[in-house]
Amino acid sequence: MLYIYIYIYIYNIVRCGGSKVNLRPPIISTDSRFLLCASGDLVKVYSTRTEEWLHSLQGHTNQVTGIALNPANHLQVYSCSVDGTVKLWDFIDGILIKTFIIGYPLFAIYVSEKHEGVLFLHVSMATDSKNECFQLVAVHLPKSAEQEVEAKEMSVVSSHISSNPSCTAFGRGGEYIAFARHLQLNVYFFRKQKTCSFSLKATDKKGAKNAFTCIACHPTDDCIATGHEDGKIRLWRNFIHKKEYTYSTQHWHHNAVNTLCFTPEGTHLLSGGIESVLVQWQYGAGNRKEFLPRLGGSILHISVSSDGQLFCTSHSDNSKLLSFKCLFLPMLFMLSGDGVLTDLMIDPRSKALVLNGKPGHLQFYSLLRDKHLYNLDIVQQEYIYEAGLDQFEVVKAAFDIKGSWLATVEERGQKSSDLEFFLKLWAFDERTQSFVLNTTITAAHTDRIISMCFSSSKETTMLVTIAEDGQFKAWCQGADADTQQDQNFWSCDFVGSYHNLKPTNCSFSADSSLLAVSFQEVITIWSPETWEMLTTLCQPPGVIRDLCFGRLSCSKYLLGTTTRNLLCCWNLLTCALEWSSSVEVSKLQPDPLSENVAAFSYQSKHTDVFVFKPSEPRPLFTNKNVCSEKVHRAVFVPREEPLNNCDESSQWLNRSQLYFLTQNMDLLTFSTATEEDRILSSSKQLVIDDSVAVTPFYLLLGKHGQQQQKLNTQSHPAADKPQQPQGSVTIKELLHTPAHVLPAASVLCSMFVNSLLISNTGVQEEMDSEKEEEDSEEEMEACDSQQELRVQGSVDEVTLKLSKAQERELKRVRKTDFSWMAGLIDSKP
Amino acid sequence: MGEFKVHRVRFFDYMPSGIRALAFNQDTERMAVARMDGSVEVFHCSDRFFQEKIIPGREQFGIEGLSWVGERLFSAGLNGGITEYDLTNQKVKYTIDAYGGPIWTIAGNQQGTHLAVGCEDGTVKLFEVNEDNIQFERNLDRQKSRIVSLSWHPSGSKIAAGMMDMIQVFNVETGHSMHRMLADRGVGTSRSKECVVWSVVYLSDGTIITGDSVGMVKLWDDQTGTLIKSHNVTKCDVLALSVSQNEDSLVAGTSEGIVVQFQFVSMVLGKDDKEWVRTRTFRNHTHDIRAVAEITTAVVSGGMDAQLVVRPLLDKIEERSAASALRKIHFPHRRLVACARKSGLMLFQYPGHLELWRLGESEGKGIPGSSLFVKRNPEKLLHLKVKGEDHIRCSAVSPCGEWIVYSTASTLRLYRLHCDNNNISITKISKLPKVLSSANQLCFSSDSSHLFSASAQSSVHLVSISQSGCKFVGTLKPKSGSHQAIHLLAASEDGKWVASANSDHEVHIYNLQTRKAHCTVPIYSSAVTAMGIHPATNCLFMMHADQQMFEYSIEQKQYTDWSRTVQRKGLHRLWVERDTPCLNVMFNPQNPSHVILHDMYMLCIIDQSLPLPDDKTQFYNQLTLKSLTEEQRKSHSHAFKVCKTFKDILCVELMPDQSLVVVERPLEDIATQLPAPIKQKKFAT
Repeated sequence: MLYIYIYIYIYNIVRCGGSKVNLRPPIISTDSRFLLCASGDLVKVYSTRTEEWLHSLQGHTNQVTGIALNPANHLQVYSCSVDGTVKLWDFIDGILIKTFIIGYPLFAIYVSEKHEGVLFLHVSMATDSKNECFQLVAVHLPKSAEQEVEAKEMSVVSSHISSNPSCTAFGRGGEYIAFARHLQLNVYFFRKQKTCSFSLKATDKKGAKNAFTCIACHPTDDCIATGHEDGKIRLWRNFIHKKEYTYSTQHWHHNAVNTLCFTPEGTHLLSGGIESVLVQWQYGAGNRKEFLPRLGGSILHISVSSDGQLFCTSHSDNSKLLSFKCLFLPMLFMLSGDGVLTDLMIDPRSKALVLNGKPGHLQFYSLLRDKHLYNLDIVQQEYIYEAGLDQFEVVKAAFDIKGSWLATVEERGQKSSDLEFFLKLWAFDERTQSFVLNTTITAAHTDRIISMCFSSSKETTMLVTIAEDGQFKAWCQGADADTQQDQNFWSCDFVGSYHNLKPTNCSFSADSSLLAVSFQEVITIWSPETWEMLTTLCQPPGVIRDLCFGRLSCSKYLLGTTTRNLLCCWNLLTCALEWSSSVEVSKLQPDPLSENVAAFSYQSKHTDVFVFKPSEPRPLFTNKNVCSEKVHRAVFVPREEPLNNCDESSQWLNRSQLYFLTQNMDLLTFSTATEEDRILSSSKQLVIDDSVAVTPFYLLLGKHGQQQQKLNTQSHPAADKPQQPQGSVTIKELLHTPAHVLPAASVLCSMFVNSLLISNTGVQEEMDSEKEEEDSEEEMEACDSQQELRVQGSVDEVTLKLSKAQERELKRVRKTDFSWMAGLIDSKP
Repeated sequence: MGEFKVHRVRFFDYMPSGIRALAFNQDTERMAVARMDGSVEVFHCSDRFFQEKIIPGREQFGIEGLSWVGERLFSAGLNGGITEYDLTNQKVKYTIDAYGGPIWTIAGNQQGTHLAVGCEDGTVKLFEVNEDNIQFERNLDRQKSRIVSLSWHPSGSKIAAGMMDMIQVFNVETGHSMHRMLADRGVGTSRSKECVVWSVVYLSDGTIITGDSVGMVKLWDDQTGTLIKSHNVTKCDVLALSVSQNEDSLVAGTSEGIVVQFQFVSMVLGKDDKEWVRTRTFRNHTHDIRAVAEITTAVVSGGMDAQLVVRPLLDKIEERSAASALRKIHFPHRRLVACARKSGLMLFQYPGHLELWRLGESEGKGIPGSSLFVKRNPEKLLHLKVKGEDHIRCSAVSPCGEWIVYSTASTLRLYRLHCDNNNISITKISKLPKVLSSANQLCFSSDSSHLFSASAQSSVHLVSISQSGCKFVGTLKPKSGSHQAIHLLAASEDGKWVASANSDHEVHIYNLQTRKAHCTVPIYSSAVTAMGIHPATNCLFMMHADQQMFEYSIEQKQYTDWSRTVQRKGLHRLWVERDTPCLNVMFNPQNPSHVILHDMYMLCIIDQSLPLPDDKTQFYNQLTLKSLTEEQRKSHSHAFKVCKTFKDILCVELMPDQSLVVVERPLEDIATQLPAPIKQKKFAT
């Protein structure tokens, strides 16, 4: 059974009821261990420590527009959605606790400790959805035990508020709420039930643009910080007085301030804008500020953990960044989505997905762990965050088959006539484990490079580029005799053209003995050895769009797609058309590990997927209506271990997985049912791991226990992987933990020695550990007979080959239980 | 409105002097301003900041500090003396030496009993203020370094003194130092430079606020002598501090040219724990701000760029009006240019010398708005240096161009000009009558036969001048009234009348035939800024600082009907909101209903025959009128015809040949002659 499993949502802008709703700010849980963010109709929970995605809170039927921690219980979170409901979740376990039905589309949520049982919501005026007329309403939550409650008790706080949710904020201790709209700042005092409003002039002589863009209130002082369109930040004070209010102005941002945030102690004010510089203003010290520049896209939101140690910024390029106060470790959580220009690629070494990342960078993204690995700076120039500047962008990239070479093309001036581009070749450096620039070719062609590919042979690496100037060029390493240096640089080996036609695509055959270059409607086949044109293939009408050779048993076939809805397959032995079918193919993607080719066809406003072998025209697998947008980028990702799926329709997924990127920047994939289960279970496992408090004892003993656990599981007959030297972490921990928090040396001694031992064979290890376990069990008998029984039972079962679920259960029991006691007891004389 | 040939004069290189000190007197609402050249000016804060009094300075007479004691004004300077001013007669009353080397600061206590001065030798000297002089009382404990700034506690029992690298608090009773607080030096390279505490303010709650050369505004507790809070205001120096009367607002002027306001606001609304918080920033200056003063409704600041900026605080103002607008005072509210109408000569008054220029001539006629070919360039005829150290107080040239007179605080000199073709020579008239020892204002009669010299007691001396010499004719004394110095004189064309205006807003009219006081114009609340006697009707036309205008018929001793109409209907809002006073009143002999006025920004002709505008009519209607037909024009035109072609006007004069002389001094030219400001990194440069 197959179904589409939506892997990552990347919603830049979702239109709901005619209004723009941007991504909402993420929140950090009170204990700073979890990061929650609204993403599509889910709330995603990430671990701040491991940067991993833990699980999602699923239940809303439309875009989630706001999340807020329950002030009464910091383990619960409220989320509101355009579907008109507010849901209360236990975000650690991912359980939906309650649903409150409001009945109007909701756009933001605010809560305050002072107002228990009251939610403040941005509600779109029900009467006309076209005019962006929003109301701020207070909703009293009914106290009822039911799962689904209708919240009817509502009162309007203000009927004219800005659609921007960052223009509303609670003041000190929830005494007042401040909201700004256009040029007016309003402060509503709950105690007096009075609104004070202050307005600014639209412009002044110096050209200031005073419209409000965001608001933040100081947690302990009566001070409101407002951000403005021209980059000014104003700090308002004394705002109970109509006349004697006062504000100070600070100006650093050169463009609109997108977000403002006070740290929980109120010692600092954080601001961010298009410059992608996080500015930390010292509160009360005037102009004193610190910067954290080059964070990626422009900053949209900032949130701070309750201990002030963790800042989270979310950016317009869909990345989130956690920065610690002292270390500033950047971690990109999500796939950068804005303007993917390169193809989707797989780094053959790290098996990471490679595509455009930060401006001027390529990002390496581990699909296996759903985690951003690193950014590779291609352009190596400072990116200036300002609208309307034409800057270098990476437009093409290609890996050779071993992953030791990377070719990139960067371009500037796509819009204007004077195009500027560089071809760069990067060598993989084993020592630094990253790519190092080898050659920069400034004028590789006289016009834009359309496509490039590496030869797939293992002996010599060759790069072929085709460009709009009608030529294709082959580039080889060290072919130029003039350069007599140790390093081998790349230089041009061959320049080819065909009747001055514009080339459209190129491809190497699987063994690199043939190169196919398509020129408009003609495909030319070349021999890279001798650079002689072997034959031409043609199937008019229609310009060739995609080209690919068949693999393995189908390597005699060449596939091509044309703009006139034709998918052709040529037999290279006979140089004749084997078959053709009339289908509009937007992307043709061969699987490098099998004969399969995936074709995405876009017809009548939805995309269909076909998987077929070139040898037989009948598709192996078809899936109609995968998504409603065109698919231009797709990639087969080789699996670590092949699946043994016998189901005929999903056999093609056994060796590699197909990922594709829609125009909405959703990265989608096909997965099998078993996989789905695995992912879910692993996420559960992570949560449990995380729920144990971290103390020096945990680090010392808990980890040790875990290792024991691992040993146990590894000693299953199925697991026959070589043993790694264990305990090095434990030793480190032991040596780095202050002496006064450690248990007595006698307690630790045996454990310490044990951890230093490196077992030669797995069998011995198994014996040791089992023995150890037996020891501990014996001692435990004395303490708790009941417990002992359970453990005993499970140990018996271990030998009897447990089901996976049972195994997990066992793991948990072990970890939470008495593993630490083992060490204690061991030391007894 | 009529067509005029205009001499656009830009060769008067007037250079205003930088502002060094400000002192505000709350009771009389007067602001005293000391400039770099040693002159002291008094502005009336509630009368549109009209410059009431000018006491010219002297060479080598630098003022460092100003202080009011009651209604008496004292200054101290680097020459080591303390000076008291005679504000009635606008001159220095006396100067006594403090014997402590150069004096950096002077401060009077609120009780009005003592003056304290800080000297170079490290002493704070206390002077007792007596009825008509001051007397040295004693020294406070002598310190090692110079005293740069001083501030009295409002109770008068303690004094805070800012020095190099530290602040000392003295007990006035004992004269001993109570606390010594060290100001931090800057970091990095400025560490080796000592920190100068440029300014100190002592609040009644015991807080001492200092501004120093490191750029910090620091708050200290005088009980414990500890630092409470410090605000980093600038990278360069904080030169001046001033606190408001009710001590809830503080302004600091820096050498970057910005004024920073701090306010004493409660951090939690409705509670009393207040803190000083930096709030607003005013950027009106280009150069160092040497002095700031917070007055009731505004912040006044002045510095090296020689402009006095009055920045209103909108939260303290009851209702917005012309009086509450941002005001920049660049030029003195006195005329520095005299014009010999009949001979086309201009006399420019500089602090230390006079220049006499002959106007150029042009050819032919041009279309309105175009510039004519200059046939003869203007030429400088005379450069007359002042004898002695005093600066010129007033000067005049006779309408015929034969006589030049000027007066300093100590002497008055009259010269006769001989001009045959290109040979110019002057002779000093030696034997002047004794009454002409000094004058507050000088004026010639229209036929150049008499000189009017305003002197002490609001009296005007009348001297006849002729080829043979000059002869004292008599003294015109007001029947009653104040003895304030006269700042304006106006003689009638027919030689029958002369009018004088003094700084108590009194206008006296004298009959020259009887040499007696004729009448006194009813006293108006605002000062007279310009006046003139109509040549045909002998009506006195007066302009006031609040932009009101009056026409007073001398013969009938009452306001004219037109003047009453103006007062009844009121003036147009835009006219009243102008922020510089009118400096000259002229009459067009060809069209008796025209009165020509000018201020710094515009030239205006009032046609008394046309209806007055009300608030609904378009005030600046020149362009609209141009587009209308002749008949429509009649219904749309009103009495005020404003010409804004000329900017930064120092003087406008109407010559007998129907040409106008407009003396401009563009502010950009002044700015280029100022010393370079502190170099600052500007965004995107």
